Amino acid sequence: MAIQSPSLDLTAGAGTGVRLTPVAITRGYWQSVARRLRRDPVTLVCGVVLLLVVASALAAPWLGLSDPYKTSMIRRLYPIGSPNFLLGTDELGRDMFSRLIYGGRLSLFMGVTPVVLALLIGGFLGITAGFLGGRVNMLIMRIMDVFYAFPSVLLAISLSGAMGAGAENTLLALTLVFIPPICRVSESVTTQVRGFDFVEAARASGAGTLTIVRVHVLGNVLGPILVYATSLISVAIILAAGLSFLGLGVKPPEPEWGLMLNTLRQAIYVNPVLAALPGVMIFITSICFNLMSDGLRAAMDVKA
Amino acid sequence: MLLYALRRLIYLGPVAFGVSLLVFALVHLAPGDPISAIVPPDTPKEVVDKLKEYYGFDKPLPVQYVRWLLVTLSGDFGTSIGTGRPVSQEVGSAFGNTIILAIAACCLAFSLAIFLGTAAAYAKSRIVDRLVTSIALVGVSVPHFWLAIVLVIIFSVELGMLPPMGLGPENATGWRLDWPHIRHMILPTIALSVIPLGVMTRTVRSTIKEILSMEFVTALQAKGMNDRQILLHVLKNAAPVCLAVMGLQAGNLIGGSILIETVFSC
Repeated sequence: MAIQSPSLDLTAGAGTGVRLTPVAITRGYWQSVARRLRRDPVTLVCGVVLLLVVASALAAPWLGLSDPYKTSMIRRLYPIGSPNFLLGTDELGRDMFSRLIYGGRLSLFMGVTPVVLALLIGGFLGITAGFLGGRVNMLIMRIMDVFYAFPSVLLAISLSGAMGAGAENTLLALTLVFIPPICRVSESVTTQVRGFDFVEAARASGAGTLTIVRVHVLGNVLGPILVYATSLISVAIILAAGLSFLGLGVKPPEPEWGLMLNTLRQAIYVNPVLAALPGVMIFITSICFNLMSDGLRAAMDVKA
Repeated sequence: MLLYALRRLIYLGPVAFGVSLLVFALVHLAPGDPISAIVPPDTPKEVVDKLKEYYGFDKPLPVQYVRWLLVTLSGDFGTSIGTGRPVSQEVGSAFGNTIILAIAACCLAFSLAIFLGTAAAYAKSRIVDRLVTSIALVGVSVPHFWLAIVLVIIFSVELGMLPPMGLGPENATGWRLDWPHIRHMILPTIALSVIPLGVMTRTVRSTIKEILSMEFVTALQAKGMNDRQILLHVLKNAAPVCLAVMGLQAGNLIGGSILIETVFSC
């Protein structure tokens, strides 16, 4: 993973005593990232769509939607476009529109949280391993290899299968699944940055280890690690929904996209379009996260 | 090179040990103990203790681990306490079906990905490149278990062309390579192949693009080599990266098939 961010040379300059204050440089870099993002229509559209999904999920209780838990045996599986039920009703007569919006709360939460947690833990472990090298690196990376030996889906399924269904266990399982890849990426970028001349120069000019890590290493590795982590969010959302789909994640009657797909499966002969709706939400969210991640990668000039 | 390969093989030891520990730990993470799963709740305590002793669950965990490891390493996976049948048989038959599906999906995904990725990298027109990149994007973003449901809805429920579930025709045992069985495999194979297709297409495209911009390609062109021969050189250089990603994808595919098989299970 080569790092070609403009910040690299500039931070290097700061380290070697060129008269450029690091703060001003960082702002310059992020400003140029923001400018490139603004000029990227695809990323912008995806950002707006994601913002809508997230905002509607967060604001669901105040949107005047009907109760997503209220069942009714007399209005089961209403088709899309029924009066009062914009997107019909599910197999227990609950309002689909309301459930899809409410479902975003858990689905997004279960997709984003594990990546954030794994970013903190895996990033810390990876940067530590990369910066210290030697035995510490060996120890951390071999432990990661153990988790890597399992295909991610299998690891997630067996972990949550062993710990039992429930949102907390799914979060824990997914976090464990995403720590190794983030750790590996963090380790490889840090190892690269550590070998650059500006780190050597900073050390020669008397900078302490903490300063080197904070200014010279973190400043250069956070970008690539962040971009990589954002690309994992869509995987995490699909995996979390998949676990709920298998009955290993969120428990009914909570509205969650994966779980809704599972419970509506029996309805594919009666109302096929309705049965596919929760998946459309997962698909839209995941494709937007992927495109955002690609846009961010391009804007931040991080090479895959 | 040989030294490197040897060193990697030595690393394999501790990792395999760690994996075995993890697998063992996973079983013991499960709430409740295995005996209470097979006996009725009102079983007298002496009987439960007797059973525990019989299966060795009364020993401390490290002892159980070592015993399990030694027995497993000798190829004996024991008998399932749920069904009483040998575990290797229970898992084997199920694993066989998964493998057949996984191989089919791998073949479909990888061959298509190599073709699409190479085409996109070579494409002079933006449209081809855009199209392939979009296919790849959909591949990595689509929840494949949802795609499986959608495929069932379209081809089984609406069109009635392909069977919605099962492994083969009813009252048939085992798997054979004939049309009735292949008919049942078409939808799951497609659903299972989308993720590796997306990932591989991206990998192949970016790898080949990178190689095409290298100087040796220009040199070969200057030498007067024709495009077909150059393509061979390029593919040869792209192979290591692509093969590595393929290996990872194949592993993930076996894991991911659980979701697809759930959709198509009776």
